[in-house]
Amino acid sequence: MSGLMSFVAIIILLVIGAHIFRFVGRKVTNNSPKFRDMSYGVAFGYVLGGALLLWSFWYYFQPQMKDTGVPNAGVVFFRWAVQGFIVASIVAFLFRLLGRNVGTNGTRKLFRTMPLTAAFGILVILIYAFTAVFAGVIAPYGQAEILGAANVMAGGDPALGGNPDYPLGTDQIGRDILSRLIYGAQNTVGIAFITTLLAFFIGGSLGFLAATLQGWLDQLLSRSVDVLMAIPSLIFALLLMTIASVWADRLGVPLTIFMVLIIAVIDSTRVFRLARAVGLNIVVMDYIEAAKLRGEGMGYLVFKEILPNAMAPLLAEFGLRFCFVFLTIAALSFLGVGIQPPLADWGTMVKDLAPFINFAAFAPTVAAAPLLAAGAIALLTVAVNFVVDWMLHKSSGLKE
Amino acid sequence: MSQLLKVRGLKIEGRSDEAWNPIINGVDMDLKKGEVLGLIGESGAGKSTIGLAAMGYTRDGVRISEGSVEFDGIDLVTASAAVKRNLLGKRISYVAQSAAASFNPAHKIIDQHTEAPVQHGVDNRANSAADGMELYLKLRLPNPEEIGFRYPHQVSGGQLQRAMTAMAMSCRPDLIIFDEPTTALDVTTQIEVLAAIREIVEEFDTAAIYITHDLAVVAQMADKIKVLLRGDEVEEADTRTMMSAPKEDYTKSLWAVRSFERPAKPFVAKGSVPVMSVRGITAAYGTTDVLHDVSFDVHAGRTVAVVGESGSGKSTAARCITGLLPPSMGEIEFNGQVLPANYKKRSKDQLRQAQMIYQMADTALNPRKTIGQIIGRPVQFYGGLTGSKRLDRVDELLDQIELDPATYRDRLPSELSGGQKQRIGIARALAAEPKFIICDEVTSALDQLVAEGILRLLADLQDKLGLSYMFITHDLATVKAIADEVVVMKDGKVVEQGPKNDMFTPPHHAYTDLLLSSVPEMDPDWLTNLLAERGIDNVGNAAVDKM
Repeated sequence: MSGLMSFVAIIILLVIGAHIFRFVGRKVTNNSPKFRDMSYGVAFGYVLGGALLLWSFWYYFQPQMKDTGVPNAGVVFFRWAVQGFIVASIVAFLFRLLGRNVGTNGTRKLFRTMPLTAAFGILVILIYAFTAVFAGVIAPYGQAEILGAANVMAGGDPALGGNPDYPLGTDQIGRDILSRLIYGAQNTVGIAFITTLLAFFIGGSLGFLAATLQGWLDQLLSRSVDVLMAIPSLIFALLLMTIASVWADRLGVPLTIFMVLIIAVIDSTRVFRLARAVGLNIVVMDYIEAAKLRGEGMGYLVFKEILPNAMAPLLAEFGLRFCFVFLTIAALSFLGVGIQPPLADWGTMVKDLAPFINFAAFAPTVAAAPLLAAGAIALLTVAVNFVVDWMLHKSSGLKE
Repeated sequence: MSQLLKVRGLKIEGRSDEAWNPIINGVDMDLKKGEVLGLIGESGAGKSTIGLAAMGYTRDGVRISEGSVEFDGIDLVTASAAVKRNLLGKRISYVAQSAAASFNPAHKIIDQHTEAPVQHGVDNRANSAADGMELYLKLRLPNPEEIGFRYPHQVSGGQLQRAMTAMAMSCRPDLIIFDEPTTALDVTTQIEVLAAIREIVEEFDTAAIYITHDLAVVAQMADKIKVLLRGDEVEEADTRTMMSAPKEDYTKSLWAVRSFERPAKPFVAKGSVPVMSVRGITAAYGTTDVLHDVSFDVHAGRTVAVVGESGSGKSTAARCITGLLPPSMGEIEFNGQVLPANYKKRSKDQLRQAQMIYQMADTALNPRKTIGQIIGRPVQFYGGLTGSKRLDRVDELLDQIELDPATYRDRLPSELSGGQKQRIGIARALAAEPKFIICDEVTSALDQLVAEGILRLLADLQDKLGLSYMFITHDLATVKAIADEVVVMKDGKVVEQGPKNDMFTPPHHAYTDLLLSSVPEMDPDWLTNLLAERGIDNVGNAAVDKM
């Protein structure tokens, strides 16, 4: 009850605070247009934002240990988050600075107009790509290599149960977590990328074809897609994967190939819809009519006339779709039918190490092991979306 | 008369390429109560920007950097949002160019009409709805009691524009800004809207700023005219002085545009085979016939202008000729040989011989391709030229349309002006080395000066290359300028056809007469005289006929 009371009290304080803020702002700035035309909602937003910022400061400097000697997990994780945020901002800023001063005129101009979020996204994607390509060189151990000790703690401090040889610790059967994270980039990201490309190839070309030809082909394709989309995608994928695991054994084809195909087909339905909708808007343009009247073939129409104009929405969708595919693979791996052990995969890692999350309240470093894999997924998702947002903004010609 | 609007030293800047660039460089404007000011200039002159700034409003990415806009003693530049909210819609209102795009398609017209009066507390809903019907009656809209209960798409363009004028009047404002209210309308419809606007502005003694690029229109509407050029004022004077004795060279050049006229070539001797011959075609969209037994010939080196209002079937005839819409009856002959009805069945050479230039160059050029690619494709596709030969041919074509190859070859369409884009459309058609070109309203989206350049270019090319044109237009000034023969269409039928000189000398068919007399003339008294001649009722009847 007291929780509710204080909540209400805080809200009332904020509501009054917003009034005072706007009133004082008007007096102090002598009725400048900014405060004069400020709506109450905006004033409330400023006050709420300010209050949250103050609270963050206060919380950040709370002791990391409780009086009882138990770590205060909330504070620890909050500090990590804030520190991570600050480091990421600085790194992104430096990266953008580098891009502005190095490279050709074209790339320099690109970096000059780039927001910090996009710079951060590009940097993260580059790091992931680099890690994926050179995983074998970077990783200290093999992904399936079983080392001496199991369940070594992260941090590398022997006093706390760590080992300097394994800075992020080892998993339940003694494999180096750092190496598996690095190889995970190769497996999870690489497979997701191939799957998304395939999904776009299938969905995109069929979608444009349906938009250009229309008639019965459009009906056939669109209704088939409707049917596929009517089934919940994860459950559908799970079902097909179960069937495929039997076939994979019988045919001697790796299950991963089936997974790529299944996810690609399921995701291509979404791409189909988008490509068809975008394509329908483009095929009514006069330049398509001019190309048709010139006697151009279907291939030229789709790939040379329509595709370049559909690039912006398709790219945006590619970013999103890549994240979804990536999460689907992680989810399937988590459920045990995705990427098969001993291949390292972030989804599987989260699953295998999940029990440690329960220790978060007592030993934040122990819980960090599964969170690292989950964090790797989250970071890439955010990074890709930052970049896609920026590209969309650029191609849509929005200013400011 | 009291001073209503006083604009002093207005400077407006727009944001592009990370910097603020000037759009308007210091314009003064004065408007008394009940006075109409015409703002004219080419596109990009800043007419609309000034019109909006007169309401203290700027579009996104645009700001008023200096100057004052004083409306009835209140400076709108520095006024608070609350003060402006109270003025806009109530004492100042705005009529946009495209009423179809400015009405909310999801609400009935009368609901949108009553919104401002109710919002501003001028009147309650029932009263303002009743007032709206009265206004509809004054604006001579058909069925004034009933029309408000329709949705915007159920009403024709000209009627919608009048409904919008009525909406702007709903609070009886002191100032209305008309931003090209008749540009998108046919000449016959335009007259009705012009007459309606003028009458209602006079009746309520409303001041107005009338923005247009059409000189003849502004001559009918305005008490005084201000000419703008790239954000600068060229000159201002009252309408009669301005029309009879413009001072500045730029104004004179605007006035002179309408003088371009090419003498008609002699009528072709009987018996010669026409390049393109349309033989009694009837065509339908679905089950509705839109063309009935249309026949005309286009002879070598001649221009046939096809004239009519929107919906008269001009463009449909073009679609039949290109084979996009196979006619249900009749046939198309090219050099005496029957063409397959469907373009898919035509040979590459048959397709090459008949090219098309579109009205909207924006949608006719692929925005993701460079000029070189756009023109080079037909060169390669039909002529089989590749590599440097293809480049040379593209340069040659760019020279022909009077654009510098080195500058324009690698640009994207978005980096060109409207007139330049239209020239690229012409070059693409020429690249196929055709005998026959369909020009579908090629100048109607362009400013008069630019349009004249395009017409001259087309005429030159015709002389040099012996081309034949089918020229679709609704603008009779264009017909006068370029046509050899004229085909007048109405409701999918050919009403009258013959050599140009015959068409422009009476007697005409009744419909041709209506079209001809509806073209605004530079004489400021033209509209008054015309209305007197036709009788007010006649204009109203024409509106009812269009239902």
